[in-house]
Amino acid sequence: MAAEQMDMLKEEIGDGVIETSSFRGDETALIKRSDWKRAARILKERCGMDMFIDLCAADYPDRDERFEVVLHLRSTNKDKRFRLKARCASRDPSIESLSDIYSGANWFEREAYDLFGIEFKGHPNMKRILCHHEFEGHPLRKDYPKERRGTIPTPQTLMDEMESGETRETRETRRE
Amino acid sequence: MMPGNFVTTRVQDVCNWARRYSLWPMPFGTACCALEFMSIVSGRFDISRFGAEVVRFSPRQADLLLVMGTVTLKQAPILKRIYDQMPEPKWVVAYGACASSGGFYDNYHTVQGIDSIIPVDVYVPGCPPRPEQLFEAIIEIQEGILKRKRV
Repeated sequence: MAAEQMDMLKEEIGDGVIETSSFRGDETALIKRSDWKRAARILKERCGMDMFIDLCAADYPDRDERFEVVLHLRSTNKDKRFRLKARCASRDPSIESLSDIYSGANWFEREAYDLFGIEFKGHPNMKRILCHHEFEGHPLRKDYPKERRGTIPTPQTLMDEMESGETRETRETRRE
Repeated sequence: MMPGNFVTTRVQDVCNWARRYSLWPMPFGTACCALEFMSIVSGRFDISRFGAEVVRFSPRQADLLLVMGTVTLKQAPILKRIYDQMPEPKWVVAYGACASSGGFYDNYHTVQGIDSIIPVDVYVPGCPPRPEQLFEAIIEIQEGILKRKRV
């Protein structure tokens, strides 16, 4: 049973959908990286996928397009889940940021950047979130040496972590 | 004993005796070992039997630092600063496998034992250790205090 969300997504971005699957009513779509933000916007604004669940990344070192960014969404009205995936190659590990569509994506994108080195374009505060500011490398990449140990950093101010990471201007634009 | 009821002693002994039973702990709890601390200060095990029940959450008011839990590299400068803020004399207990050695977090983000940042007086093994083991550590420190030569 094809879900209406999937139909709408295929209708809107057409060839951008590379692969789809469905497991017990949970839809998954692999899309082109260039359609990432557009697809998320369609899912939120037209398909009722109003709740951001998770955003993460995965590393498949044998593939040409090595990194996969995975977005999980849920519709609170229709009780449907949707998984959106896109791939990027290691020579250009970047993808558009969704933090202005789903503000919950802000910290998750920073986590994916921290651990996989995927840059989210348009993110208001694209810096490490878990590892310290002097950390080198991206530890969840499969080629990160497992015996490599970190160093103790110089003190850093963490006060900006008390805020969501967005600047006052972007917060005010969003309110408008 | 002469009539009039007085004893002779030395200033350092009096100070050591007083300090021994008035350790003020500051918990630096970062993981599950800190839950053991809750039972240690509560009625069932009761740290006040050893005179160390005045738990302070400001390092400036404490002289016993209890590091309980995994310390990440990002936290390491914070722990160092907390230790530096404590007034002398001060003692440190590394409570549990993680604080003592990094435990099973032998990986890219964990300090492999807090003794690479601050001096440690007593290591308590276990994952987590039993509350009685912290009492043993406190007794160790108390005996160490008695042997102090300087006030």
